Amino acid sequence: MAYSEKVLEHYENPKNVGTLDKSKHTVGTGLVGAPECGDVMRLQIEVDPETQTIIDAKFKTFGCGSAIASSSLATEWLKGKSIDEAMTLDNMEIVEELALPPVKIHCSVLAEDAVKAAINDYRVKNGMEPIKLEEKVVH
Amino acid sequence: MVKLPIYLDNSATTPVDPRVLEQMIPYFSEKFGNAASRSHPFGWVAEEAVDYAREQVAKLINADPKEIIFTSGSTEANNLALKGVFEMYREKGNHIITVTTEHKCILDTCKHLGKQGAEITYLNVNDEGELNLQELEAAITPKTILISVMYANNEIGLIHPIKEIAAIAKKHNVLFHTDATQAAGKVPIDVQAEGIHLLSMSAHKMYGPKGVGCLYVRRKNPRVKVTAQMDGGGHERGMRSGTLNVPGIVGFGAAAEINLKEMIDEAARLSKLRDKLEYALMELEEVHVNGNREHRLPHITNISFKWVEGEGLMMAFNKDIAVSSGSACTSASLEPSYVLKALGLGDELAHSSIRFSLGRFNTEDQIDFTIQRVKDAVTKLRDLSPLWEMYKEGIDMATVEFKAH
Repeated sequence: MAYSEKVLEHYENPKNVGTLDKSKHTVGTGLVGAPECGDVMRLQIEVDPETQTIIDAKFKTFGCGSAIASSSLATEWLKGKSIDEAMTLDNMEIVEELALPPVKIHCSVLAEDAVKAAINDYRVKNGMEPIKLEEKVVH
Repeated sequence: MVKLPIYLDNSATTPVDPRVLEQMIPYFSEKFGNAASRSHPFGWVAEEAVDYAREQVAKLINADPKEIIFTSGSTEANNLALKGVFEMYREKGNHIITVTTEHKCILDTCKHLGKQGAEITYLNVNDEGELNLQELEAAITPKTILISVMYANNEIGLIHPIKEIAAIAKKHNVLFHTDATQAAGKVPIDVQAEGIHLLSMSAHKMYGPKGVGCLYVRRKNPRVKVTAQMDGGGHERGMRSGTLNVPGIVGFGAAAEINLKEMIDEAARLSKLRDKLEYALMELEEVHVNGNREHRLPHITNISFKWVEGEGLMMAFNKDIAVSSGSACTSASLEPSYVLKALGLGDELAHSSIRFSLGRFNTEDQIDFTIQRVKDAVTKLRDLSPLWEMYKEGIDMATVEFKAH
């Protein structure tokens, strides 16, 4: 399978690879996927409690090139957004930006899930209700 | 500097050896006759070429030339063997024994026959890919007509104990077919000494052209017959109609002859290079070779790089190094390799596997280059992997709650 230029770019120079201190109350962590499915994404956000704005985002991903690119793109996209705004991320934006083929759409869904799981983790840590997520049908 | 890209996917296909190509060329246009045209020199020349190639192919497996039925390749040969035996011996029984790690074209043919009333036993293998011969023998019933076990596995290179399996088949008066697509031309095969009744092979896996292969069908002790799956002019002793692919067959013959002549030296050279690659990559942590390492083809190694995903890993070097992966992402089905799963590998290890298959045109420089690039890629991908980080922190992955997607 040939990869799009943008997937290759993110794969070769992934943005925001790393780990934030998950014990900090300003950090939310989302861990989604499973090793047996061939994709695991861990996406973390650091939020400014004053403004509820995402000031940093990091990821690590076990998966194919499209999964790595999807999470790299998602972290780029998150920085500077409010947590409410970030919650509106739709996986199709990732699909379009990276020109993912149909068999790789699940990678974008995983990235969306990771973002939302990280936001919910932050919300719960800070005494807010988690936002109920709708299940996306994939595979 | 080595010339890129490097081809290490010789189990998928091999390039035509220039010596083979040279032999084929006259048969496309200058000597274009139909081997079945008995009435003029054009046909005689083609027939002579086919007869010569038939001898060359037969010699590779110590068969009689009359026992070689040319086909379009191994898939067709395997279909002909299984469907042909099932139809021909239907009176005797309907039971076929095979193995879960066979190639898709055996498994799917069995599935097809299952719908036609065949009863199929799929034997499991152990964690090294090996069959249990007692289980094989115990699976035989009075209705068993055929045992089909591949000579060597395409993903891990494991060689099955063909002589022992044939002896069991003989003892119970059951036919024995082996798909030797990966093994033929790579390791010595002797259908007489090993007691094989039917054997499939393909030219393009042994530096011959694509689109040609054969089924060996034993003529004596016992005389084996298969019902034709292609009806027509009655070519190939009535077992496979269709105008013979003369240039392809000439190439197959030439390829077989070269393989027979060079096999021993080439196997020694390739296993040395393969072992160098394998040992170098195993210097990395958490790297496992899949399948039995003792009884296997000289040119294949299948390695799992734990905590990195196969396709993601390949992407780091697949512009420069051609290999294949057991990762689901490389297949249309999104399922990881069923062969590796049959060995009891967890899905996550199957997802992390890469098959390197070496060939005649690989050099030591290419292997050195590959070692460096693959090591760098594994390190890079592990730096990106949350699972590697957890593993390094000593977290037991079994206790992590993953949300299966």
